[in-house]
Amino acid sequence: MKTKQLFASLLLMAYGLGTAQADYTLNLMEGVTSISKDVYGLHMLVLWVCVFIGIVVFGAMFYSIYFHRKSRGYQASNFHESTKVEILWTIIPTVILILLAIPATKVMLEMDDVQDSEMTIKVTGWQWKWEYEYLDSGIRFFSSLDEASNKARQLNSGIDPRTVPNYLLNVDKPLVVPINTKIRFLFTAADVIHSWWVPDLGWKKDTIPGFINEAWTSVEKAGTYRGQCTELCGKDHGFMPIVVIAMEKADYAAWVAEQKSAAVEAASAAEKDWTQEDLIAQGEKVYANNCASCHMADGAGIAGTFPAVSNSPVVLGDMNAQVELMLNGKGMMPAFGQMLDPVDFAAVATFIRNGLGNAVGDSIQPAAIKSLQAAIPEVVYDDDDE
Amino acid sequence: MMSTQGAYYIPHKATWPIAATIGLMTLLAGFANYLNGNAAGSTFMLIGLSIFIIMIGGWFTLQATESETGMYNKGVGISYRMAMMWFIFSEIMFFAVFFGTLWYTRNLSVDWLASVGDGPGRSSGMLWPSFESVWPTNGPGNVGGEYEPMGAFGLPLLNTLILLTSGVTCTWAHHGLIEKNRSQLIKGLAATVILGFIFVAFQAIEYQEAYHEMGLTLGSGIYGSTFFMLTGFHGFHVCVGAIILTVVLFRSSKGHFTPENHFAFEAAAWYWHFVDVVWLGLFIFVYMM
Amino acid sequence: MSAVTAEHEHDEHHDHGPEKGLLRWIITTNHKDIGTLYLLFALAMFFVGGAMALVIRAELFEPGMQFVSPQFFNSMTTMHALVMVFGAVMPAFVGFANWQIPLMIGAPDMALPRMNNMSFWMLVGGILLLASTLFMEGGAPASGWTLYPPLVLQTGAALPFAIFAVHMLGISSIMGAINIIATIFNMRAPKMTLMKMPLFVWTWLITAFLLIAIMPVFAGAVTMLLTDRFFDTSFFNAAGGGDPVLYQHIFWFFGHPEVYVMILPTFGVASTIIPVFARKPLFGYSSMVYATAAIAFLSFIVWAHHMFTVGMPIAGELYFMYATMLIAIPTGVKIFNWTATMWQGSMTFETPMLFSIAFVVLFTLGGFTGLMMALAPVDFQYHDTYFIVAHFHYTLVPASIFILMAGGYFWLPKWTGNMYDEKLAKFHFWLSAISVNILFFPQHFLGLAGMPRRIPDYAVQFADWNMVSSIGAFIFGFSQLLFLYIVIKTIKGGTGEKVSDEVWEDAHKHGLEWTLPSPVPYHTFATPPEKIPTEHF
Repeated sequence: MKTKQLFASLLLMAYGLGTAQADYTLNLMEGVTSISKDVYGLHMLVLWVCVFIGIVVFGAMFYSIYFHRKSRGYQASNFHESTKVEILWTIIPTVILILLAIPATKVMLEMDDVQDSEMTIKVTGWQWKWEYEYLDSGIRFFSSLDEASNKARQLNSGIDPRTVPNYLLNVDKPLVVPINTKIRFLFTAADVIHSWWVPDLGWKKDTIPGFINEAWTSVEKAGTYRGQCTELCGKDHGFMPIVVIAMEKADYAAWVAEQKSAAVEAASAAEKDWTQEDLIAQGEKVYANNCASCHMADGAGIAGTFPAVSNSPVVLGDMNAQVELMLNGKGMMPAFGQMLDPVDFAAVATFIRNGLGNAVGDSIQPAAIKSLQAAIPEVVYDDDDE
Repeated sequence: MMSTQGAYYIPHKATWPIAATIGLMTLLAGFANYLNGNAAGSTFMLIGLSIFIIMIGGWFTLQATESETGMYNKGVGISYRMAMMWFIFSEIMFFAVFFGTLWYTRNLSVDWLASVGDGPGRSSGMLWPSFESVWPTNGPGNVGGEYEPMGAFGLPLLNTLILLTSGVTCTWAHHGLIEKNRSQLIKGLAATVILGFIFVAFQAIEYQEAYHEMGLTLGSGIYGSTFFMLTGFHGFHVCVGAIILTVVLFRSSKGHFTPENHFAFEAAAWYWHFVDVVWLGLFIFVYMM
Repeated sequence: MSAVTAEHEHDEHHDHGPEKGLLRWIITTNHKDIGTLYLLFALAMFFVGGAMALVIRAELFEPGMQFVSPQFFNSMTTMHALVMVFGAVMPAFVGFANWQIPLMIGAPDMALPRMNNMSFWMLVGGILLLASTLFMEGGAPASGWTLYPPLVLQTGAALPFAIFAVHMLGISSIMGAINIIATIFNMRAPKMTLMKMPLFVWTWLITAFLLIAIMPVFAGAVTMLLTDRFFDTSFFNAAGGGDPVLYQHIFWFFGHPEVYVMILPTFGVASTIIPVFARKPLFGYSSMVYATAAIAFLSFIVWAHHMFTVGMPIAGELYFMYATMLIAIPTGVKIFNWTATMWQGSMTFETPMLFSIAFVVLFTLGGFTGLMMALAPVDFQYHDTYFIVAHFHYTLVPASIFILMAGGYFWLPKWTGNMYDEKLAKFHFWLSAISVNILFFPQHFLGLAGMPRRIPDYAVQFADWNMVSSIGAFIFGFSQLLFLYIVIKTIKGGTGEKVSDEVWEDAHKHGLEWTLPSPVPYHTFATPPEKIPTEHF
């Protein structure tokens, strides 16, 4: 297997081209928005300008290297100055630069113009997942690396990434948007700086904790578009992909309705009484998706960096203290108070106390978590400055 | 270039630099350990600092001896002066960082957090709905709690006058040196040093007041951070300058320096004027505006 | 007074050789000894940083995580950069400066020999502090060499050590730069006017100004990291009225000139080597000087092009785009001048020339991608992908590193009196020049196709080019052992043939150093030279 790939890439080296992978590209992608196409056009323009200059300069250089060599008996001239030539090769590049700057300025101004957007989505970067909030319809969810990729990407997992569909570019819950709609994005972060990039949209934007950046898009073609976090944000920076599904407007409306009814269901699930077994079963999944990347799948943590959960004094002690730590975070531990819904929160809190080698025996109900979450001061969005 | 270049003094060995490195490394590694909560850290800091101080003493004594025995020609003097000039330039750049920080936070980031201006200011205010752009501020999170900003017209104004006066006495001392008036040199230097230490003492009183009566600390948001960082680093430089001037005073009283050959005096004086000018900047941008 | 000094001088310079034993290297003030120390230290760090790069490339050889944890991977990218920048490239050029500047301007030594010694040892101290973090709880810094907050504030015990390492490296660089400025302004031979100085001296003079201006800025930035972490300040914390982006502005105000600190001396060495092997004076000497100064000036006003996606006001985006594009003009002038120097020369292709030509070609490629990224809206795609990784490695590896190799081959015969093995050296060149392209060229494709930088694992469509790149990396890395072998062999006697004083044909026309005996005596130019090579200016 490995030797075969090695051989394949050697061939690639020899021919400079290859078709080993289906969606494999050498160039920037054109994308599916007017901006991404403008950007692609600019990219091709400047690329060809560079190629042209390269041909002229390298052509002169290699001509000289070939013909003006001592072994051919070429006698050296002694010229070493020419103000005329110097002025010429200062002015020509200047003109080229001005010609490049004009279209670049146009695209830049267009990118920056978030006016007249039809809907707004707030994106929050977390270590290491994305939170999406549709400010107009109140839909809010987290999006993190899908389970299959997550299993395969563990050190020496034994799973061949090639067998995982969309390895590292797939999420549990994608962002859904309507096509041909001007969408304003608001970017912020909860912990460290991240950067949200979907190449097909034509740009990336950093998410800065405490500040909001803006960008906009209007997708022209329905489809699934994938991207990744592009600002180093800690150990799992490579494992927080972005998936955007662009839908026809009618499909999108149906999706919104579905989300809203699911939210109602979730709310009622949070009200009912859960058995300990159900909580533990649910909690195990939540743990795998949210906790295992630091505290490890077996709860052993990483000495010196991430504390163990197994036999942890916090877990074995008073439940309120544990819940309080999970709600508000501490140091590198993120605050899960806003990240998990009451059911998942109660489930994982219960699981930790009764799994991973711990056996405290008690459990907590989603309803109790819900009231605790309600006490967390919520951020108010007054969207009146538009 | 130099007509006397053939006589440029080139020492053939240097024993102090390695001591300086070991001292500084021990000091910094100790400090880092101390910050990480290691009890042994402070011991290492003390050891490192001692090595460093011994090194400074030894190296400067060596230089002074060489200078007084006439080993340095004019060329060496020029090199030393250039070195001091560019060292002071690097110090200016160091302070520029903190002045720049003050400017940026005051004029840009605080505005943006309150949704004033273009760029992040277009909507960051959503995250901090009740925050308004004012200065001084400890930020939308009210970091460090309530505090009272430092006024300009009490101790700070007095300190400005003290430091300006010390600049004058320093120049007066220089005139004394050039005119071979040794008593004027010594008096001027003594006055400068005393004024310098009075300044530091007043600064200490001001900090006491800030911490204990005004609730203003290094942790008082961006105002507290910039205030103490700028005035603190300046205060540290005043201490260093005053110590250098004390050494120069001591050497003057031992009869060192001639009107032609007094690099150490000049370097100390330049440094002192630099510290002076930084203070003026502080007084205007930190205290008054 | 001067009589005393002169007598002293006499004792010092004509009777005094190097100290015996290891102590010689610790307490030396001789510019040649210190230059050697810098160069050997840089070479050692080149292999340390290179080993880290190979850890990175080994992990990226295939998709999936095979060798290291993501946290350690991030530590490797961070430490690789810091070690290469502060431990290898910068010290290597300081080593060249120490050896060559006094020889080129006809000075007996550096202006401040004791401080010269201190600059070196402070560098060692700084790198030791930095390296110690590899063995600490929580690992070495893993937030990238840019040390952006808030991420860097999550570093474990390593954080204060890394910060203090930066302080020590800053002290070292500032003292080194001051020494170079004082030497160039104050120690030149009587006839060596500023506009007759070799370009290597000019570029270092300008670099030294850059260093003095920027190292304190970096020191200030990391000091604020320290206080934010340990003393409750809010410089980079929005809740307290600060801004994490402020750090990036300060960092890149340092960082952009910093990358020119690594490239300007590169220009200087190339401008020194190419005319010798073209047997022709450098074309456009004065425009080269002005172009260098212009690049240095521009480097201070373009920093935020590293931050186009960070969310600046539109005026900022546009300004930094225009200013950045301007850099192409003086850089272009340099490339055209080198081409014109070769034009109608009588060229031979010894190893230094081969590396220099490869530098001109491959640096130009790096310059092209630089121009592409200057366009802010397109940079919204390129930013933080492998495209930028390819870009800056093209400007650093086949540019700075190649020129360091070129300089090594060029001056080593002069310094040691021994000739290196030309055949082996040429083999080393071709291995390096080919593998460096296998290593970095595919990274352009990866970046354009959408692979972000600083990730330990990637989607499968990036697998092929990553494998190619890793193969190139291993060939390139191991080829450098050949360089080590050639250098050691040359120092120990080389090919056995003793080189002439001018080493290269007619080199005496190109610089004062070639008028000295080979190997260069321990003390040179105790009295300034009467004549300087003038025919070329």
